[in-house]
Amino acid sequence: MISPFTLITTSLYIFFSVVILSLLFSRNQRLLVYSVFPLTSFASLLALIAGIWIVQYGITESWIILMGLPDLPFHIRLDPLSGFFLTLIGALGFIVSVYSIGYVKAFIGHRPVTSLAIFYSLFLAGMFMVVLADDAFFFLISWEVMAAASYFLVMFEDERTENRRAAFLYLVIAHIGAIAILLSFGLMAGFATGFESFNGYTFDAMRHASFPPHWAAVTFFLAFFGFAAKAGVIPLHVWLPEAHPVAPSNVSALMSGIMLKTAIYGIIRVTFDLIRDFPWWWGAVVMILGLVSALLGILFALQQQDLKKLLAYSSVENIGIILVGIGLSMTFASFHSPVLSALALTAGLYHTFNHAMFKGLLFMGAGAVLHATHERNMEGMGGLIHRMPWTSALFLIGCISISALPPFNGFVSEWLMFQAFLLSPALPSTLLNFLIPMGAALLALAAALAAMCFVKAFGVTFLGQWRGQHHSEIHEVDWFMRIGMGMTAIACLCLGIFPTAMIRWMDVIAAGFVGGELSESAGAFGWIWLTPISHERASYSGPIVLLGLVGIVALAFLLLHARRKTIHRGPLWDCGFEKVTPRMQYTATAFSMPVRRIFGFYFHIRERKESKHLLDHKAFIKSIRYTLKTRDRFWGWLYQPVVDASFWISRKTGKLQKGRIQVYLIYSFATIILLLVLLR
Amino acid sequence: MSEMFSSYILEVVQIVILLAAAPVFIGWVRTLKCWFQGRTTAGIFQPYRDLIKLFHKDIVLAENASWIFRITPYLIFGFTVLIGAIIPVLSVDLPLSSTADVIAIVSLFAMSRFFTALAGMDIGTAFGGMGSSREMTIASLAEPAMLMAVFTVSLASKSTSLSQMAQVIAHGDLVLRPSLAFALLAFIFISLAETGRIPVDNPATHLELTMIHEAMILEYSGRHLALIEWAGMMKLYLFAVLGIAAFFPWGIAEAGNLIAIPIAILVLAVKLVLAGVGLVLIETGLAKMRFFRVPEFLGSAFLFATLGMLSFFMLE
Repeated sequence: MISPFTLITTSLYIFFSVVILSLLFSRNQRLLVYSVFPLTSFASLLALIAGIWIVQYGITESWIILMGLPDLPFHIRLDPLSGFFLTLIGALGFIVSVYSIGYVKAFIGHRPVTSLAIFYSLFLAGMFMVVLADDAFFFLISWEVMAAASYFLVMFEDERTENRRAAFLYLVIAHIGAIAILLSFGLMAGFATGFESFNGYTFDAMRHASFPPHWAAVTFFLAFFGFAAKAGVIPLHVWLPEAHPVAPSNVSALMSGIMLKTAIYGIIRVTFDLIRDFPWWWGAVVMILGLVSALLGILFALQQQDLKKLLAYSSVENIGIILVGIGLSMTFASFHSPVLSALALTAGLYHTFNHAMFKGLLFMGAGAVLHATHERNMEGMGGLIHRMPWTSALFLIGCISISALPPFNGFVSEWLMFQAFLLSPALPSTLLNFLIPMGAALLALAAALAAMCFVKAFGVTFLGQWRGQHHSEIHEVDWFMRIGMGMTAIACLCLGIFPTAMIRWMDVIAAGFVGGELSESAGAFGWIWLTPISHERASYSGPIVLLGLVGIVALAFLLLHARRKTIHRGPLWDCGFEKVTPRMQYTATAFSMPVRRIFGFYFHIRERKESKHLLDHKAFIKSIRYTLKTRDRFWGWLYQPVVDASFWISRKTGKLQKGRIQVYLIYSFATIILLLVLLR
Repeated sequence: MSEMFSSYILEVVQIVILLAAAPVFIGWVRTLKCWFQGRTTAGIFQPYRDLIKLFHKDIVLAENASWIFRITPYLIFGFTVLIGAIIPVLSVDLPLSSTADVIAIVSLFAMSRFFTALAGMDIGTAFGGMGSSREMTIASLAEPAMLMAVFTVSLASKSTSLSQMAQVIAHGDLVLRPSLAFALLAFIFISLAETGRIPVDNPATHLELTMIHEAMILEYSGRHLALIEWAGMMKLYLFAVLGIAAFFPWGIAEAGNLIAIPIAILVLAVKLVLAGVGLVLIETGLAKMRFFRVPEFLGSAFLFATLGMLSFFMLE
């Protein structure tokens, strides 16, 4: 008897048996790679099928599993929201596992990959369990499994200081977030069944919690803070550009593509499902934080020279865009406009899915580049399009998608988001009527800067000429990696061309939470036309854009090639200088200079120019050395004081340690006396 | 059936007009400019001769040019023609006009710009990269202003679909709406930036340090260059008709009314002639500004669009 439940449990069993399997196979690393990753991809595929199934039929079922502590069994619940995220995690888990076969193979002979295999499958299993959990206990255990496994994955190449530093930072921020989530669940459980009993720990009980005034806001913002730390919302984003670049690229793809999304899942679950009744200003706060993340995230991304760091900052931007959708949906919902709320929520969820696909693709592409060139710094790359034709074409698709350009998928979700923004004059509040369009303008700025950012990323990495030293051994990656990237690229195109089918499929989520439906209006004119609210309001047709473009391009090509013209190849035009070298190309730093100058306030920029002179005269320059350090200001503003304070405290308390047994005995004695006095 | 057939004929007519009229429009602008500056003109049909000359030339391609470089001219051309088929120019009811609303049209322009910028970086000369970087910077600053202008216009018609906007304004009373006046001002500023005209970019310059759009396409030759030039001409034409459709749609033919088409063509010609005069007045009256003054220019466009929105909420 196959049901979504059996599929997903089978999938989890496979993940846990893979852990044991990898321990058994640790002697034969090649066998390990060829058995573990196919198995995890199969298990993810099962979860993917289960997820599609659940959302398609709008199934809501729950089970109690007799595991965990004696009186606190685990609760599991399948509903459309968890189905959606199962689909998302399953899809990217499946694709990245295929890619991993090729990627992890390269480690064989250099370092053992047993730990990578073990934590990889635990990591995936943890994410699946998070979206299944229906009680706070199981949720937090799964959350920690996920966090701990990803910590070890970031630590995989632990001989480098930066990896250890990044992993530690990640662990600290993840746990500060986890504490906030724990407190929030505690409050909800307390207001559900009283603070004395334990029965409130299930989500079902929390749904019936009644909050005293103001406590609902405390609960919500604790949870939001906790999930925002995981999602990398500014200013809690500092771990992200440290951890993503140093993790193995398949893991970065998973972390950025789907782990951040579990936090989005958490926010939606807590807001729309557990608390449900919220004032409009919560939505406004979420939206403002989303806008700040989107704009600053992409500005920081533009300043990066490290390809993976750039992608990590761009994840901050995309999480911001998703949060804007969620915040807008909350605002609309609190004013009781279900259809608009459904539109904004759908836009946010659509972007969640899209981001998983194109960011997965881009991180896999960055991994392919890293694999081939052993280089992460874009300033040392260039011209890879000639050496890696597949990777570059697929990476280009990712770049177009993430820049929100038609007919690919990023455009559809941002377009839906803009439509939701443009409908805000329907709200009864004049203040919001004025302010929400400003948000749309900021979002447009972020989207346009994203296009600039990815022109830079693709242009500097793949186009032009090779800037580095040795490049004879650069080669295209193997078929597993190409297939992995290819599948996400196809997904990006399909999600851009068939949005109506996707919206129809996921409509049940918004219908369940905010009571509005889009499928009637969105697909009213067939699958070709996307008309989110009505035909008169706005419409877009991905298939026609694609077909029209292909038609015109093909026609122009055929007409012009009817008379064959010869193409001469010649050296590039050097203005008569004759000594043009690849090092004279525009660099990534130069490319982003205008933005650095225009938006300079947001960065901490340290620019130094040193020149050596001949004959000690400034007219005769022998050499110039230019250094530029750009950092985001949040580290200095928020984190450095905390770091300094904790070092200060530990230095002060360190003075207590005298290293003499007599002193320590006095400490114990004094403590006992003090306790006896206080706790008589 | 015959109605559907006639609307497809209309679509084809509109594309033919786009392809044919864009060079003449540019020719008209250049001729006017010559008159204003007291030079002799080459006639309004000179752009045709330029295009024909380029189409007949062979291509010289840099040794390390990749497929991106070779496909880009076709893509730019394709996107531009596609946009021309979508914007309602002659009639409010075209079979393709609901393919994209204003926001999607702006994104289609962005897509062609994306590829132009990539092609600029493909060869690996410093000029190309400089052009790409500047073009993308200006584009990203223009985007929020553009969205605000779209938003303001859509407030009046409650729609972002161009057909709907044109219909609402053409049918409404002829009153001066302050919101639309501000939005129009913003739109003109943005169009100057997007089409690379003075004061943002000088289309006639090949001076190394000031060119933006020309820097990206410096390495192109032969039919590739012809396609890009043609698409550039169409882009100027399209921004003109975009403004006409959103702000001055009077004279556009109603759905299914074929008799009104010749009148619509005539009215369009008159509007374009006037648009050319306006453009030349701006271009002759202003000097090209420094690159780092452009943010202020586009910032004021954003401000105007915002004022338009505020005045809609307060006055209308």
